[in-house]
Amino acid sequence: MIALYTRRRLVNGINLTVALLAMLFGLFWLGWILWTLISHGFPALSLSLFTQMTPPPGSNGGLLNAIAGSFFMTMVATLIGTPVGILAGTYLAEFGQRGWLAPTTRFINDILLSAPSIVIGLFIYEVYVISVGHFSGWAGSLALALIVIPVVVRTTENMLCLVPNSLREAAAALGAPQWKVVILVTLRASTTGILTGILLAVARVSGETAPLLFTALNNQFWNGNMNQPMANLPVVIFQFAMSPYEDWQHLAWAGALLITFTVLTLNILARFFFRQKSQSY
Amino acid sequence: MEISIRNSQAARSSDVTPMTRPFSPSHLKRQHLLDLAFRNTTRLFAFLVFAILAGTLVSLLIGSLPAIKTFGFGFLFSAEWNPVTEKFGALVPIIGTLATSAIALLIGIPVSFGIALFLTELSPRWLKRPLGIAVELLAGIPSIIYGMWGLFVFAPVFADHVEPWLTNHLGNAALIGPLFQGPPMGIGMLTAGLILAIMVIPFIASVMRDVFEIVPPMFKESAYGLGATTWEVVWHIVLPYTKIGVVGGIMLGLGRALGETMAVTFVIGNAHELSASLLMPGNSISSALANEFTEAVGGLYTSALIELGLILFFITFLVLSLAKLLLIQLAKREGKQS
Repeated sequence: MIALYTRRRLVNGINLTVALLAMLFGLFWLGWILWTLISHGFPALSLSLFTQMTPPPGSNGGLLNAIAGSFFMTMVATLIGTPVGILAGTYLAEFGQRGWLAPTTRFINDILLSAPSIVIGLFIYEVYVISVGHFSGWAGSLALALIVIPVVVRTTENMLCLVPNSLREAAAALGAPQWKVVILVTLRASTTGILTGILLAVARVSGETAPLLFTALNNQFWNGNMNQPMANLPVVIFQFAMSPYEDWQHLAWAGALLITFTVLTLNILARFFFRQKSQSY
Repeated sequence: MEISIRNSQAARSSDVTPMTRPFSPSHLKRQHLLDLAFRNTTRLFAFLVFAILAGTLVSLLIGSLPAIKTFGFGFLFSAEWNPVTEKFGALVPIIGTLATSAIALLIGIPVSFGIALFLTELSPRWLKRPLGIAVELLAGIPSIIYGMWGLFVFAPVFADHVEPWLTNHLGNAALIGPLFQGPPMGIGMLTAGLILAIMVIPFIASVMRDVFEIVPPMFKESAYGLGATTWEVVWHIVLPYTKIGVVGGIMLGLGRALGETMAVTFVIGNAHELSASLLMPGNSISSALANEFTEAVGGLYTSALIELGLILFFITFLVLSLAKLLLIQLAKREGKQS
């Protein structure tokens, strides 16, 4: 009897210790990766990073064109993807009680949410790049927009479902038509939540490399024309990191630090917004 | 309070011609039309989401038609990949994708389970939030960062300290021996699988944590009341109750691992050769695409690469649908019981 009891205690102790170790295992990698970024990235940071173009190997330069390109493409992608995502999410939450379209869309949206981004890049290559005949910033933005859409759809739907039904009923009882109820009451009530979704989408998109490889390609020089191949931070990092030149690799580390810092800041910001939101209820 | 509202309403309606305008038939009709327009606009955009997936499938099919016509089903089973003679087969990348994802799950599942267990049952309340954030930061790091870290930092350490040990201790083992033979290069299938494991852990762990938290406290308390230890509660109560959700989470992680591109591209070595050893460089579908697509010349080469993309799309679609179906089933059961 005592032996059984001791054995159960022992098994319990061992397994819980292993769980603790698993947690530490996860934290260990996070710490290692962040430490690597800081120790390699900080020495490479300098002002010229933000004022000069990407250099040919062996000379000084910065990442200005890549940073600007990433910024433009992310912005355009967000501008395209957000309205589409919000409207589709609104349909799912407000009108999606009946019919086949809403459940199917919900299902497909969840698949798109974790679909391989490189396949999205292939899709845009097939339908846009080939018909236009060249790589361009627009194509890159489109590919990124396709990644923004499912994130925004998902959060918009979730946030709209959080709005208490009594708000909708109150508005309807005052005689408001449904479009007014949705736009002026439910969507307005979930503004912060939707903003969180947009921030998450931007965070997700700003680190994406794979879909840009065959859409925006890359550009060594400053380019303000979205219809031309466009430099962008992730692809420049990829190209520079894989190169044998040491100064290029330094720039890649600096870029990596910038990107990670941006993405993690956006993530934390989104979390902060969401926390305020959930406290307000 | 009520009186003041009534007063202000009365004041407002007296500004306009009282009570006639909002209820006039033309007004109602206009609002009805606007309702209809609004509903159909949102429906159109919902349909757009549907169209994106359909469009992807169709465009990939069209793009890979030349390769499908030339190679037929043999494409799936041929290990040859020769752009010069234009002979292509998908076996090496398919095996690479499946093998690296399998390694990722093999390591990722137990660790994620441990993390979820720690977060739901063991962690002190004040530590739950920061730890949860840390796990999600791990998910937030862009995949290209994992790749760079893997290539420049992890691979050298792995080649110097871990791979020789693996070859010495497991290289001559009976069944799994051949998997661990070969020169310690640092890059290869095993490294790629390990880095994928780190990448899928946060996804699987957060799904597991979420489903563990839906277990009704009554069930757990009953078991504790009967004298069960924490581990027994988790193993005999929590896990059986949530097993569908846990499997769904694992499938979600698998979907991520299968499609992951940049991290794998950095460390897998990009060799189109079939090798029994996990220490040797290989190739995965996504890394073949990332490396070769922009440099591919000739219609057949491009088309073969697009067919690779199509295969990847099919595999991930299957896995993700399965994951989704399982999670929906869990949600339904949850709805019935509460």
